[in-house]
Amino acid sequence: MNKMQKAITELAEMDELAAQSSPVHSLHPAVKLIAAVAYILVTLSFDKYDLGGLVPMVLWPVLLFQFSDIDVRTCFYKLRIVLPLVMAVGLFNPFFDKTVLLRLGNLPVTGGFLSMLTLMLKGVFCLMASFLLMATTPIDNLCAALRQLHVPKMLVTLLLLTYRYVGVMTDELAVMTDAYHLRAPGQKGIHISAWGSFLGQLLLRSMDRAQELYSSMLLRGYHQHFHYADIKPFRKRDAVTIALCIGCFLVLRSVRIAEVLGRIVVR
Amino acid sequence: MIEFQHVSFAYEKDRPVLRDLSFRIEKGEAVGLIGANGAGKSSVMKLLLGLLQGEGKILVDGVEVRKDTLAEIRRKLGFVLQNSDNQMFMPTVYEDMMFAPLNYMLTREEAEARVDAVLARLHLEHLKHRYNHKISGGEKRMAAIATVLAMEPEAVLMDEPTSALDPYNRRIVINTIRELDQTRIITSHDLDMILDTCDRVILLSEGRIVADGKASVLLRDRELLERNRMELPLSIMGRPE
Ligand SMILES: Nc1ncnc2c1ncn2[C@@H]1O[C@H](COP(=O)(O)OP(=O)(O)O)[C@@H](O)[C@H]1O
Ligand SMILES: [Mg+2]
Repeated sequence: MNKMQKAITELAEMDELAAQSSPVHSLHPAVKLIAAVAYILVTLSFDKYDLGGLVPMVLWPVLLFQFSDIDVRTCFYKLRIVLPLVMAVGLFNPFFDKTVLLRLGNLPVTGGFLSMLTLMLKGVFCLMASFLLMATTPIDNLCAALRQLHVPKMLVTLLLLTYRYVGVMTDELAVMTDAYHLRAPGQKGIHISAWGSFLGQLLLRSMDRAQELYSSMLLRGYHQHFHYADIKPFRKRDAVTIALCIGCFLVLRSVRIAEVLGRIVVR
Repeated sequence: MIEFQHVSFAYEKDRPVLRDLSFRIEKGEAVGLIGANGAGKSSVMKLLLGLLQGEGKILVDGVEVRKDTLAEIRRKLGFVLQNSDNQMFMPTVYEDMMFAPLNYMLTREEAEARVDAVLARLHLEHLKHRYNHKISGGEKRMAAIATVLAMEPEAVLMDEPTSALDPYNRRIVINTIRELDQTRIITSHDLDMILDTCDRVILLSEGRIVADGKASVLLRDRELLERNRMELPLSIMGRPE
């Protein structure tokens, strides 16, 4: 099995995670979706130097991991390809912003360093929140929830197909890299001269397959409604849960938990 | 129940793929659509399903295949794709089988009863809750057939149903096809399979029908088959006249 095939199997296993049952899994998909979006927005809204304010936001993913029976390690393992990319975003900040903002003992902490940490943390939090949403909600239920929220049909179908398309594309990528390496033994990666044709082929092949897949959906009665998804009615209870989540995020956003705790301890 | 009237089709202008096809398939018939690679077999099926549009008329139970009749027609036709990986898109076999019945507004209980009946009939109960990406090629082909049968179609179309299967799984698929009572159209160049499963054969070559008749007769015609880039079925080749 090459690296790609491994990545696909793992991607497919998201479906397996999503099929488990737990208190989080049984929440209405719309609740999880709206909560995740709200969480991401609140997380991104922190000031770039506000590391102390941002850190308590970790409580939400921790809570979800706790009540969804999903292992934190699974999350980091599956995200191991994306995480470094997200973390790399703020990597150069320390070189640009060298004003010293505070001192830890003798150690000067520059604004660049602080903003790098904040950015990285924001990235990791947002990734975790998205991962938790996908790992606790089957894609079809998520789409059904979007329809309940009156998101346009076309958009929802697009999301569904994109999700499936990613699977097909990684699948084709695996086949093609195998074929390439069989004819270029001992070569690491794919030579830059072949990138153009390789990418072109990849797109064509995965588009052909995605087309067939979509045909298969149409031929079995798909008409942009999600009757087939296991959809629950949206109840008052669900609205209350959403309000509670958003309320908690806003509290976390406005109250500097760290400071409050610090003050209590000092006292 | 299925009728093609002077149907022509081309993917690209000036390169016709199907030329003036006319034939009729009655309810309950099992017809093998044979021909070399590129003869146009898959295109015939896609036209019938309304996935491609050509010239001429295609009728299903007297209803013409058109944009506004597609939903009605597709409901009657079950299509088993050549590549089962493209057929199955839900996480588990069970969910894939539930997909069509639920889209056709059956209740969950009704749909589940159907799924169980089909699985029992094909002896596939053990696959019900398996993940699609974790079953073997042979199992996946059978699961794909099961998802189509769960639609309770009036006709089953299969595009090369035995391609890429080992002899054991090929035999299972053949036996399954033989036991169906729906109208069947099966494309293949596996002529032994066609001989085993079909009473009638339509032979396509370069987009034209070159022969249409009893399987037991046409598939013995060495000269006809070889002229159209095919070989006698092994089971006939090995038999003394
Ligand atoms: N998407 C396409 N675009 C252009 N030409 C195609 C396409 N699909 C098939 N063809 C051509 O149409 C002809 C018939 O194809 P097809 O119906 O798939 O044949 P068969 O199933 O008998 O092998 C072939 O010559 C093939 O090259
Ligand atoms: Mg074909």
